Amino acid sequence: MIIDAVSLAILKGRLEQIADEMDATLFRSAFNPIIAEAHDASHGIYDAHSGATLVQGKLGLPIFVGVMAFGVKAVIDKAEKQGGIKDGDVWIFNDPYDGGTHLSDFRLVKPIFRKGKVFCYLASVGHWHDVGGNVPGNYNPVATECFQEGMLIPPVKLYDEGVFRQDIVDILSANSRLPLSLYGDLNAQINALELGEKRIHALLDEYTEITVAECFSVLRERAATMMRAHISELPSTTVSAEDYLDNDGIDDVPLKIVLDLTIDGDSMIMDFTRSSPACQGPVNISRATTVAACYVALKHIFVDVPGNAGVLEPIQFRIDEDSLLAVKAPKPVGGYTETIMRLIDVIFQAVAQIRPETAMACAYGTINALSLAGHRHNGQRWVMFSFFGGGHGAHSSGDGLNHGNAPISTATIPPLEILESAYPVRFKQWALRPDSGGAGKYRGGLGAIYEIELLEQQADVFLFGERGKYPPLGVVGGQAAATNRFVYQKDGEDCEPPMCSKMVGLSLSHRQTVRLETPGGGGYGAVLERDPQTVAIDVERGFVSTEAARDQYKVVINPDGTVDAIATETLRSQEASL
Amino acid sequence: MSDSAYVIGVDVGGTFTDVFVLDEKNSRIAIAKVPSTRGDQSKGFIEGIAQQVEDFNDIQTVVHGTTVGTNALLERKGAKTGIITTTGFRDVLEMRRRDRPTTWGLRGDFEPVVERPNRLEVQERTLADGTVEQKIDTDQIKAKAQQLLEAGCEAVCVFFINGYANADNEQQAVEAVRNIWPTSYVTAATEILPEIREFERLSTATLNAYLQPVVSSYIDRLESGLQSKGFKGDILIVQSNGGVMSVDSAKRFPYRTALSGPAAGVIAAKAIASAAGFDNIITCDMGGTSFDVSLVSGNSVALAAQTSIDFGMVIRTPMIEITTIGAGGGSIASIDKSGLLQVGPESAGSDPGPVCYGLGNERPTVTDANLVLGRINPDRPIGGKLDKLDITAAREAINKHVATPLTLSIEAAAEAILKIANAKMAGAIRLVSIEKGHDPASFTAMPFGGGGALHTGALIKDVGLGAALVPRYPGVTSALGCVVADMRHDRVQTINRLLTQVDTAQLGLDMKSVASETQKLIENSGIIFVGIDQIFELDMLYLGQTHTINVPLSLPKDELTETAVKDAFNTAYEAAFGRLLENIPVRLMNYRIAVVGRRPDMDMTLFAPVDGQPPEACLLGERQVYVADKYMAAPVYERLNLAVGSVISGPAIMEQSDTTIFVDPGLRATVDRYGNLVITECA
Repeated sequence: MIIDAVSLAILKGRLEQIADEMDATLFRSAFNPIIAEAHDASHGIYDAHSGATLVQGKLGLPIFVGVMAFGVKAVIDKAEKQGGIKDGDVWIFNDPYDGGTHLSDFRLVKPIFRKGKVFCYLASVGHWHDVGGNVPGNYNPVATECFQEGMLIPPVKLYDEGVFRQDIVDILSANSRLPLSLYGDLNAQINALELGEKRIHALLDEYTEITVAECFSVLRERAATMMRAHISELPSTTVSAEDYLDNDGIDDVPLKIVLDLTIDGDSMIMDFTRSSPACQGPVNISRATTVAACYVALKHIFVDVPGNAGVLEPIQFRIDEDSLLAVKAPKPVGGYTETIMRLIDVIFQAVAQIRPETAMACAYGTINALSLAGHRHNGQRWVMFSFFGGGHGAHSSGDGLNHGNAPISTATIPPLEILESAYPVRFKQWALRPDSGGAGKYRGGLGAIYEIELLEQQADVFLFGERGKYPPLGVVGGQAAATNRFVYQKDGEDCEPPMCSKMVGLSLSHRQTVRLETPGGGGYGAVLERDPQTVAIDVERGFVSTEAARDQYKVVINPDGTVDAIATETLRSQEASL
Repeated sequence: MSDSAYVIGVDVGGTFTDVFVLDEKNSRIAIAKVPSTRGDQSKGFIEGIAQQVEDFNDIQTVVHGTTVGTNALLERKGAKTGIITTTGFRDVLEMRRRDRPTTWGLRGDFEPVVERPNRLEVQERTLADGTVEQKIDTDQIKAKAQQLLEAGCEAVCVFFINGYANADNEQQAVEAVRNIWPTSYVTAATEILPEIREFERLSTATLNAYLQPVVSSYIDRLESGLQSKGFKGDILIVQSNGGVMSVDSAKRFPYRTALSGPAAGVIAAKAIASAAGFDNIITCDMGGTSFDVSLVSGNSVALAAQTSIDFGMVIRTPMIEITTIGAGGGSIASIDKSGLLQVGPESAGSDPGPVCYGLGNERPTVTDANLVLGRINPDRPIGGKLDKLDITAAREAINKHVATPLTLSIEAAAEAILKIANAKMAGAIRLVSIEKGHDPASFTAMPFGGGGALHTGALIKDVGLGAALVPRYPGVTSALGCVVADMRHDRVQTINRLLTQVDTAQLGLDMKSVASETQKLIENSGIIFVGIDQIFELDMLYLGQTHTINVPLSLPKDELTETAVKDAFNTAYEAAFGRLLENIPVRLMNYRIAVVGRRPDMDMTLFAPVDGQPPEACLLGERQVYVADKYMAAPVYERLNLAVGSVISGPAIMEQSDTTIFVDPGLRATVDRYGNLVITECA
């Protein structure tokens, strides 16, 4: 039987709606703000045999769904060894080397049985608030083994043929600094899976297993067809792009990520073999994570490709075993977000060389996981953990977005009033950061300045960030953005951490502050092509300083804010003749 | 003493201004439709009324659903506005909640309605627990206000961090500003929304300030225009929550008019359906670019806590929950790179509109498909803007862009376009019904707007709805809604404490006192009500969560107890998520109060056709329609002439000036005693 195009389009919408609704249920009932506000979670539907992604939700963290396919496969394989998966089972794990990302991300996998056989899997992943390890919130920038990052749980049964295993929850709870939050998030993920199960059964009752299975396979073929169509529109060529991570948090040595991108007719080769070997610190990632990151980048470039495994069919990956991008246990992986954002950056840069007319520059490119932790005067423990925003890259049709979220997520930032009401802190500043966007014909979006003051007696500060030395790059002749900057006070002086944006063991006392200044996005196109009047508006708004207007844009602004046309002309023609 | 007493509803849309006239003394209704007057909507408004009313002195009340506010927001045509705020936070409006417009493709952009140079900072600080850490300096506040005036700002918003916890600083500052500001266009954020979450509060308050000069001057023009014609009655404005407010409230709180027009439509649908005996309806408003659905369950409308009018333009106030998807008559059908047929979100709108309009669009739309399949009469286009629709051009476009690539016949391709469009609409209906736990079989679809009634038959089948109800005048539904809307005011206050730390007895007293204060506002409006309701709700959550759930609360005559609040929370939480969590404390975030002044029900039998004819007398002819892979003959009727009790089996088409109704094969339409068409499946 061949499913007709119309029923296919209808079923596709229904299936996506199921995944979306699972996302929405988790966001509404989760406990920790990283899921509830930052949407660091995801849901999808997966193949009964290969675990391949069949359908993904629109609301969840894009990076998760691709990786999840490997996670479902890990569950399938493990269950196989234990006599097979059973109806009513729910498996739970966070093993980052076997279909995980980092230890904070807990995955639940539930088989959907029809007529005694597994029809497909539903999976839920969410970033839990604290899973043990050396650092509250688990972003340990000095970890050299995953054991210092938190507990590692291989695939085990949370439900055994419908029976809830409290012993598993007891083990998990005992290993967290915030067991109530863990309990709440776990329940919310179960809510989402139960809802998804109900919906998918209703859909199968209505359309039959054979039709829906057919739909899965046709959708996958079509995704591959669409991806091939996109690739064929690019000229066949090979281009290279490289970028760097500041360091691994242990040795202050940059780590290189290189992409040699080959377009060959309707297929693509992504060769990362010239990238750095695995490092000691926590910026390694597994091969599954690397592939998923490439998928995210491609979806940003080709926005209409559907969310399933078919997209990757025309793509060949070359990644060295045991390298930075295909690490093995127990090398630490806690800071995986930084590495995958650098992967997206090199893909953007490479594609910009092939197709400048629709290119996007690099976004701010660091998650800036900042945690402040301590005890209140009544002895109660508190952990404020959040990710911070920055500028988006300029693109072929305009300036970058100010203060956006990371390309790997759709996360929003918690309101500062919620943070101030929940934790003993006071923000002194929550503002756009002038001169942080990369210059160009189109300017990169601005990063932000967040300044936080401690209201309790003492707190420990941890930061996991990047782009302290290597700024987000521009494309098509656009310039780089400002680097990331973290400032604290010591003996009355402003200090910056030795590893730039990575820091442990900073002790803050009453009324002391820390300040995070995040990067903007890279610029697009040559600065001399930017209209001086537009630069004057940027200066009036305080987005660009008078000095930067002169030094970067070669535009001289008079004290009254107008453009000094003659001086600008002189400066620009000097620059042009260089 | 005059012979008439009019209550008049006016809905100003993008193309037409609809007027609905109810003569209470003579139990008579009349409608008028005139072109909207761009630039000054009040002109078309008054012309429309004048078509049906001789003496404006006979008008008691004019109720208005307005899009002036909506358009000013969408087109960024509000007043030049300034913000005075706490040092360190002038960018809150521009930084939003660090989101982006679309998940994929990082090409978003955002221009806040207040430019950065007009966002000024002053020394002051209140902490989250309400402690004032730094008091304001009145002179500094005045100097900043002066600076904004000199920069040409017409309106100003004062917004201080943590103002929800203690508004003293903000209140003193706003008083200082009001002392020197030449107009009343001064908004204090906590006067609009004393609720935690700085961006949402600031955005709502800033948009209020931004709208105030525009909406106020519009209302002034309206008042003086009406008065110059002899009008001495009251003007009421429909709010986004579906209730009406006085013109004074509307001038102070114009942000509440953001969805005024669509809200009136939902209210009308509710009133019509309820009179006809349907308490559960899903309203379906199909326009040129979008399909809006809204749910009325148990005769009450669903309200959303906040809405984004556009990316980053958040208004947080209870608004009728309207789910919009990109599937309207102008939605374009295309084949994507994988060979899959797509309908929308790209749209030809109403200008240039569908291919058959002949105004320049060459890509097929939903309306073109309806035309090709015989659902629409090419010689009688609705709305009166065009004389004829070009069916040949529509066929060619479908052939080229859909039929040929999919190797289908033109008719099969057109039918496929409708199926996809119907599936999208069905998805929107599922989203507001099934996914919120409602059984669609107990709901009735209520189409209004020009195109909805062509698709309702398919929706009955696709979603399993019980029936469809097509009102007598689907094109003027919103104007009717104005006449029947209740008066409503909403209040909110953040508490943000653990339930165990709340003095619930005092909380109960506070809520009662705010409610009676609000009730006075309604009682003093000069409007007659049949009753006034007070609705109390709490926003609550488990300690550690960040999203609240809505907990309905009935306040006892005596003391409100902690147990009563906890029980109410448990009931609401269990209903939402199916399980309660043990040993986790509960937090009370906000209380919400709504006070509703209920207006008298309108007698809907006024709509019943007078001198109705049996179906055979209303027959206009016959048209070939293509349904389920084949052509069949469908009789065409003049809808408004059909007598009460007429029954017509599908396939059939009914025409009237403002809409076309298609009854699918297997369905049956009956004219009820209010002049509605009730469409159900044949037994």
